[in-house]
Amino acid sequence: MDLILELRNLVKEYPGHRALDGISLSVPRGEFFSLLGPSGCGKTTTLRLIAGFEQPSSGDVLLNGETVNHRKPYERNVSTVFQSYALFPHLTVRQNIEFGLRRHRVGDIDPRVRDILDLVSLTGKENRRPSQLSGGERQRVALARSLVLQPDVLLLDEPLAALDPQLRKQMRTELKAMQRRVGITFLLVTHDREEALSMSDQLAVMNAGRIEQTGSPQDLYLRPRTRFVAGFLGAVNWIGNIGVRPESTRITARVPQPSSRQTPGVVTGTVFLGDCVEVLVRLESGEDIVARVPVTSSTFQPGDPVHMCWDASQEMIF
Amino acid sequence: MKLRSWFLFPSWLWMVLLFLAPFAIVLAYSFLTRGAYGGVGGPWTLENYQRLADPLYLMILVRSFAMALAATVLCVIFAFPAALFIVRAPRRRNVYLQLVMLPFWTSFLVRTYAWMFLLRDTGLINSVLQAVGVIHDPLPLLYNDGAVLLGLVYGYLPFMVLPIYATLERMDPALEEAAADLGARPLTTLLRVIVPLSKPGIIAGSVLVFIPCLGAFLTPDLLGGGRTVLVGNLVQNQFTTARDWPFGSAISILLMALVTVLLWAFLRRESEPLV
Repeated sequence: MDLILELRNLVKEYPGHRALDGISLSVPRGEFFSLLGPSGCGKTTTLRLIAGFEQPSSGDVLLNGETVNHRKPYERNVSTVFQSYALFPHLTVRQNIEFGLRRHRVGDIDPRVRDILDLVSLTGKENRRPSQLSGGERQRVALARSLVLQPDVLLLDEPLAALDPQLRKQMRTELKAMQRRVGITFLLVTHDREEALSMSDQLAVMNAGRIEQTGSPQDLYLRPRTRFVAGFLGAVNWIGNIGVRPESTRITARVPQPSSRQTPGVVTGTVFLGDCVEVLVRLESGEDIVARVPVTSSTFQPGDPVHMCWDASQEMIF
Repeated sequence: MKLRSWFLFPSWLWMVLLFLAPFAIVLAYSFLTRGAYGGVGGPWTLENYQRLADPLYLMILVRSFAMALAATVLCVIFAFPAALFIVRAPRRRNVYLQLVMLPFWTSFLVRTYAWMFLLRDTGLINSVLQAVGVIHDPLPLLYNDGAVLLGLVYGYLPFMVLPIYATLERMDPALEEAAADLGARPLTTLLRVIVPLSKPGIIAGSVLVFIPCLGAFLTPDLLGGGRTVLVGNLVQNQFTTARDWPFGSAISILLMALVTVLLWAFLRRESEPLV
């Protein structure tokens, strides 16, 4: 496999705190790869080690098969889109984009700037200052500023977090399309599972300085290896060590076929969500579960005795 | 009237009594004639301003501007790295800021005298250098332009450090990382990102240093030994030994007018909105 980025057993220690506890990762060239995890799990630290802003306590960062541990950020062919975008406020859009090209002494700058402005649809706004742009436009300048350098890997640190929810959804699609068009490897850091699931070719779920599992979005969602991955990627109904997603959970008032998986319980409440109704059930074992039921077929009332059923194929067992 | 409008009343009272009124008096004096034993009298005249056309006074003005400009530039050169150093020391920041302001705990006059004790022929510096045999005759450290410049830079340096510190402290640390990330070496980052972004602080500091340096009379008097006459000394002399209040007033008004025009032009050119 053609790996563009490899992390080997990365450890990062701060006084009294181990932020990364042995991270190993292989990112194939041209992939959209995500690091997903709750805040404080070490995903941003991982990104900063790759960019070169910080040095690992032990372990190696390899770019194109070459160890780059001791290279300064300006000597690594990776580029970062910061969460705050970090656009230079004293420079125009064009000057922001030219900044990296000039540092790398690239010859014919103009056509490259023109192409990248076109790619991020900012043509005509090249003489504005960052303060004169909307949040979405600023983000596209940050992308353009990095992409124009054609880095080996583009590092994106929660790039959508600062946008409003409507724009965030739209930008997911745009970002993915942009990655396909330019063919550059993207490494995205996010705590938003929908973001990671919808955009990535592969993702790694991180927890407490370690990688819990790596794989395709479907893989991780349907076949999580740990309870943490199962719970972080979506809601789970737990029946002992068995996990079932709410969309795979059915409830019925009649006694179901003895052959199917089932367990009895009592309805404790319903929540109307518009497109469906969430029925909350307390199982006889004492566990609380949630089932999504079509609005038309929901006649459940608190206190009704019900059975929770599911297909054995939809079980996640730990 | 709203209560909030009254909040400015003390400031207004202060400004009218202690700024506008004296200013009006000085302006009026500058058009009057010198009294026989000091003070002022009639008739109204433009003579005080006509006297200012004398090349002697023009020379003093030019020298004063040059001195104030040199002091300001030196303050920027010393203050910028100091401010950067303080910002980069997150845990000791407050200690260093206190140290910057430490000189204000003592009177400016006392501190200037302290410099005289250090710099004079029998002062500490010359004594030590002579004792170790580096020099035979004392170096002329005191009573020259260099000593005045030293005193001005020393006295006004904190006024440059603090505003530069304030702008640097507000700067997003990610900007520096972004510059390195895009391929800029530390020196390029300093010159293309950090310095341009601290321009508002440098401008504020320059105004705070330049104006008092231009009107300084204590430092040139003590460290220049009267040999270095700056416009501040000229004004002072008119009101004291020369007893020519109208002429002193005229110089003051001219100086104020010049500073106002220069400052306005400078700020208009330099303070385009940044963020």
